[in-house]
Amino acid sequence: MRTIRIGSGAGYSGDRIEPAIELAEKGDIQYLVFECLGERTVALAQQARMKNPDLGYDPLLEERMRAVLPLCASKGIKIVTNMGAAHPEAAARKTAEIARSLGLSRLRIAAIVGDDVLGACKAGDFPIMEFDGTIKQLGNRLLSANAYLGAGPMAEALSAGADVVITGRASDPALFLAPMIHAFGWAMDDWNLLGKGTVAGHLLECAGQITGGYFADPGFKDVPDLARLGFPIGEVGEDGSLVVTKVAGSGGAVTAQTCKEQLLYEVHDPARYLQPDVVADFSHVTIEEIAPDRVRISGGQGTKRTGTLKVSVGYLDSFIGEGQISYAGPGALARGRLALEIVRERLKLTGVAASELRFDLIGVDSLHGPQVSAHEVSAEANEPYEVRVRVTGRTESLREAVRIGNEVETLYTNGPAGGGGAWKSARDVVAVASVLLPRELAAPIVRFVET
Amino acid sequence: MKLREIAHSRTGDKGNTSNISVIAYRSEHYPLLLAQVTAERVRAHFAGVVEGEVVRYELPDIAALNFVMGQTLGGGVTRSLALDAHGKSLSSALLDLDIQDTLGS
Repeated sequence: MRTIRIGSGAGYSGDRIEPAIELAEKGDIQYLVFECLGERTVALAQQARMKNPDLGYDPLLEERMRAVLPLCASKGIKIVTNMGAAHPEAAARKTAEIARSLGLSRLRIAAIVGDDVLGACKAGDFPIMEFDGTIKQLGNRLLSANAYLGAGPMAEALSAGADVVITGRASDPALFLAPMIHAFGWAMDDWNLLGKGTVAGHLLECAGQITGGYFADPGFKDVPDLARLGFPIGEVGEDGSLVVTKVAGSGGAVTAQTCKEQLLYEVHDPARYLQPDVVADFSHVTIEEIAPDRVRISGGQGTKRTGTLKVSVGYLDSFIGEGQISYAGPGALARGRLALEIVRERLKLTGVAASELRFDLIGVDSLHGPQVSAHEVSAEANEPYEVRVRVTGRTESLREAVRIGNEVETLYTNGPAGGGGAWKSARDVVAVASVLLPRELAAPIVRFVET
Repeated sequence: MKLREIAHSRTGDKGNTSNISVIAYRSEHYPLLLAQVTAERVRAHFAGVVEGEVVRYELPDIAALNFVMGQTLGGGVTRSLALDAHGKSLSSALLDLDIQDTLGS
């Protein structure tokens, strides 16, 4: 039976880079996938593109490509990534430029264009899933609308000879499904195979989260060498069978437990995991350790895809202002609570217009280090040595947001005794909502960029 | 005993919805989870955090439960005021749940 090995080189945009190099060097892989596009990243990238039409792709694209392109080119490893963000063509041109500068002249780089469905969304004025309202009602706060594309166009690019495939918004598991469809010639209506491939893509897409990252709990779930965490490799058979493993000697662990946690990560109904290409069914998946750091995954299924694509809509939601300040020693907790009361009253007195406010107390040993912080400060043993006050609020303008942090900062001279380390911030909030778009309204195409 | 003794857990986020898996270390403990880690108990445990419905999905083949908790993430990950906007730390909080070492609940 034919088998391919797919490495997962990034689980989010800021992820570590060395594990991807390790995969390319020692992973014996044919495909290297970088999943770098968070829910709101496309909206932020769209803002960057509006300021500079040559930008709008992932800010770490150059660093990642420089790190892996020479190795991948020499070994024939194909790269698939969503680092195109809001501008896959610019990302492809940039990658071609990097390839040329590295002396790699024969690479074929493909951009997948067409996830931007802002026009279609505005014309259709679709309802927003998360709250009452429609796209049109967002008015000039609307920034972007990008459909989660399926694996089809990426598989097509690979079959047309692409060495690097760069997409914008696509479903994360589809980044992994594309090499399977390409390598094995899976039919786009073989729901069970697409379901199995989706299980594999879902397990691999968060990189280190299946090899021991986001898992360790000392004394209960110990994981070796997290500072050198190895990223996962999926060995996928043409029948959709899957073994998850990692590079021998790298940090972390692949166990039945890490795989079970990742199987359910960000899943709602496990029997209906909605994807652009299939409705995957995880409910009968079985997980079995067959050797150290080798786990076999079986039982994935699928049913027919739905008629719609999920669209991620970026919009300017509000502004958030924040302030923090710390108190230590005996009575720290009481002074922290007093500080919160004062700020609460000040925000009322001075008429700060916030639609939502939050008052928190944080702290272990940030002020005076572990030794001093271990001092018994109270007859009541549960009293913390230090607390950090945190006040945040949502406003309709930056000016109002600034006032929240200011009120916390004024605790220095107007608040309880011994307040230190004040900090404040105010920022705009680009948030993301969703709509469902009839799938025929998105028409993705493949564009090649020559080196 | 605490749930932490017999199960492990991971939180995921989508919009304003959080999901928490609860996975038995040993499959013989799955009936304890089924009987005692109910949607109602999870909702009560997170009173003040979860504002929506809690739905429980059962995965006997991997001895796991999946809890989907609506209106939990301060209006959504991308706009929440919370320090942990994703709610990633909720899984550890759930493991504090008390479990009776018998099948009666």
